[in-house]
Amino acid sequence: MNWEIVIGLETHAHLATRSKIFSGSSTAFGAEPNAQANAVDLALPGVLPVLNRAAVECAIRFGLAVEGRVARKSVFARKNYFYPDLPKAYQISQYELPVVVGGGVAISLGKTEKAGEEAMEKTIRLTRAHLEEDAGKSLHEDFRGKSGIDLNRAGTPLLEIVSEPDMRSSAEAVAYARALHTLVRWIGVSDGNLQEGSFRCDANVSVRPAGQREFGTRREIKNLNSFRFLQQAIDYEAQWQIATLEDGGRIEQATVLFDPGTGETRAMRTKEDAHDYRYFPDPDLLPLIIDDEWIERARAAMPELPEPRRRRFIDEYGLSAYDAATLTSSLEVADYFEAAVAAAGGSAAKPCANWVMGDLAARLNREDRALAESPVSAAQLGGLVARIVDGTLSNNIAKQVFEALWNGEGGNHPKAADEIIEKRGLKQITDAGAIDALLDQVLAANPSMVAEFKAGREKAFNALVGQAMKAARGKANPQQLNARLREKLER
Amino acid sequence: MIDRTLKQLAQALSAKEISSVELARLYLDRIDRIDPRIKAYITVDREKTLAQAAAADARRAAGEAGPLTGIPLAQKDIFCAEGWRTTCGSKMLGNFVCPYDAAVIERFNAAGAVMLGKTNMDEFAMGSSTETSYFGVTRNPWDVGRVPGGSSGGSAAAVAARLAPAATGTDTGGSIRQPAALCNLTGIKPTYGVVSRYGMIAYASSLDQGGPMARTAEDCALLLKVMAGFDARDSTSLERPAEDYARDLEKPLAGLKIGLPKEFFGEGGEGCDAGVMRRIEEALAEYRRLGAQTVEVGLPSMKLAIPAYYVIASAEASSNLARYDGVRYGYRAPEYDDIIDMYMKTRAQGFGEEVKRRILIGTYVLSHGYYDAYYLQAQRIRRLIAGDFAEAFKRCDLIMGPTSPTTAFRIGERVSDPVRMYLSDIYTIAVNLAGLPAMSMPAGFAEGLPVGLQVIGDYFAEAKLLNAAHRYQQATDWHLRRPTIG
Repeated sequence: MNWEIVIGLETHAHLATRSKIFSGSSTAFGAEPNAQANAVDLALPGVLPVLNRAAVECAIRFGLAVEGRVARKSVFARKNYFYPDLPKAYQISQYELPVVVGGGVAISLGKTEKAGEEAMEKTIRLTRAHLEEDAGKSLHEDFRGKSGIDLNRAGTPLLEIVSEPDMRSSAEAVAYARALHTLVRWIGVSDGNLQEGSFRCDANVSVRPAGQREFGTRREIKNLNSFRFLQQAIDYEAQWQIATLEDGGRIEQATVLFDPGTGETRAMRTKEDAHDYRYFPDPDLLPLIIDDEWIERARAAMPELPEPRRRRFIDEYGLSAYDAATLTSSLEVADYFEAAVAAAGGSAAKPCANWVMGDLAARLNREDRALAESPVSAAQLGGLVARIVDGTLSNNIAKQVFEALWNGEGGNHPKAADEIIEKRGLKQITDAGAIDALLDQVLAANPSMVAEFKAGREKAFNALVGQAMKAARGKANPQQLNARLREKLER
Repeated sequence: MIDRTLKQLAQALSAKEISSVELARLYLDRIDRIDPRIKAYITVDREKTLAQAAAADARRAAGEAGPLTGIPLAQKDIFCAEGWRTTCGSKMLGNFVCPYDAAVIERFNAAGAVMLGKTNMDEFAMGSSTETSYFGVTRNPWDVGRVPGGSSGGSAAAVAARLAPAATGTDTGGSIRQPAALCNLTGIKPTYGVVSRYGMIAYASSLDQGGPMARTAEDCALLLKVMAGFDARDSTSLERPAEDYARDLEKPLAGLKIGLPKEFFGEGGEGCDAGVMRRIEEALAEYRRLGAQTVEVGLPSMKLAIPAYYVIASAEASSNLARYDGVRYGYRAPEYDDIIDMYMKTRAQGFGEEVKRRILIGTYVLSHGYYDAYYLQAQRIRRLIAGDFAEAFKRCDLIMGPTSPTTAFRIGERVSDPVRMYLSDIYTIAVNLAGLPAMSMPAGFAEGLPVGLQVIGDYFAEAKLLNAAHRYQQATDWHLRRPTIG
């Protein structure tokens, strides 16, 4: 039988606020255990939550970015359950009235795989996104059989983003998760740090016979914090469900965990022992009211989003779909590229794209640096590309100049490339008279090669080019040099 | 000295008739001598109190004294106070020394008031008799065989027995007004949101409100001025300009329209003792003499107040009290097998019966499948009740009636009958559901026990309430009577 896989994701993104969602403690990662837990985070008797408006701002930005509806009124609710690292024994979340309703995230499959492949585009609809607080952490090592509790993370603001069950393969799920990851970082609401748990996914997976309208019974895979694990977990889970059904078994609704060691999923709890969270509106917090003015202020501060920017790169700069997608993989890359183009001139977009994705990316990669740490600024790279486009430099000489820029020659001056060219005398020889003089000299000095060429040995032509380039110390314009040499020999 | 009001004590202090340290010592000595019979206090710390009093004297010497500087006060043990054991009447917090001050405590400290100690209360403020306290029953100074009311019974008994000139209380369903009535005091529960709940240990967040308990309306006005005010740490705190609650005290009552809900009087007398009702009628007659008129009003949804209250308050409490899990502070069962066992034993041993009863009710009404029928329905009733009051206040300025259907009852009499205990609050609970300000003040005695008159106002009508109470206290002397103890 043909099976269709149905996937929906719930994603938790830590919001990039300086302090926690309901207390003034810092949210910085990596502090000594409990150094960032104040009376509110410890849930001492008598303490009360106060909403951090910066977290709301993040939710509004997200709502605008996915073209969802930012709720004018949303409500914080208590989700009640006992757990040692949940200090109040309830989590403040949003339940019936979330802050963002609807919206969607566009994904395209194939575009990031390899150049030239036809991209398949699709929009994954969002159900909602709501604000909530994170729990602390239980530490099970080094306490002689007991567990330690670290409440530094307790109260860190989260945006839980819930998708519709719109994905039909693990590849689509990963494409969606990546697009979402790009988006939350792009609009500055989350640092998206996967290692630190700032971006985690739960995947709801079910299967059904192809053509069937009803969904199958789903199982939820919890806490996937890498795109690779997301893919592996969904693939394993879907195959397990298909095998179970084909063996005549039934799928029971359950929460499952993925073990990266074995690549398998296993049930943690079934529907029978599911919690009753006894949600109710938190009486310590007023309904969250967001007026039009707040939304408009947030809208005015929004950057151009990845999708429109990708389309603009294609339309405005004539880039390929692949290049445009690569250059909009993050806000930093897109901004760097456009700043380079601005320095190089609009007609230099394609070579700028090539340099950013090629030499620059390779060099950064080799030294394991982020774009923000590039010693070559966008203006400097643009200045370099400008000299290639206007014929001052050949591509080969340009690589030397790039190397010099990388090593800090020319400091951080935007016109550093010109200074290096000037200082090192790297300007390409394009003067026809100078090239002729150079060639005449080489032809006179190598009569035997000339004779060989005239005898029909094409290889001799390349040898002569080599001699001429050597005499020009590599600076002669290669196209001009070739053309003039052939003219002279065939005359 | 012990019969003086706060205003008179402040005068004595500024006239150097007595120092703060002497005044504090006077009360501490009385507590030593008399409190073993009353058990109004859970914690007294002589050293801390005297240090605070000495600081108040120094402040006065430096010419920086305010109206409350050097005045000793008793604090209900629901208010967190830095360095003080703060128990909320529970074994669960029996060893909990608080690392921070509640907003109310901060404000009293800033005013230079002196803390005499922490007073007894029903466990987590759940009760109407102070009998649910883990720390023993507080006795009514008017008859030590009877309860002082609750949950702020320790504060009420302390002030009535002259073991403090005034005290704080909190009122979730009547916990300031009912003990004030049963102990012959004046107490006011302000509009919800006027006094910050920061550091006031939560029972039912949407109903809890702190307020003063004293002997006169004038003293209540003075204390409320210190307690009230916007606090950004409490999201339900109201951002309003500071108010002088004493501004209208002397205003004549001519033309004041007093609404008498027919549900409190006549047909719906709801088992109000005849003796209590007689005193209330007499008090109303006094008001008419003072120039007020009375009109009948209706509060048709009143009869639903008690069930709605026990659903909402219990629901919130079940969640508010979940943090007492033995993990971070407070009581933890000495022996357990695993984490679940630790939770169960800690909570089974750490909470008393009434608290467990309400946690169970609250957990039940919030459960899947019952939420709509109970919790949402109770919220609808809450809106109906608020609507009833809004209608009534179109026809009158204040509403009056009894605070409690009976005078102080015997210790042990209602412990085994929770529903009968809950009926003690039949006249007070609706006010909390609507978030209105209300007070209770002495209106005479029935068979030797105090009777309280309840006065309910529209939102932010505290000054008007205090005005009505003050003018009555100018014309009567019920509030000056004191029990023959010590």
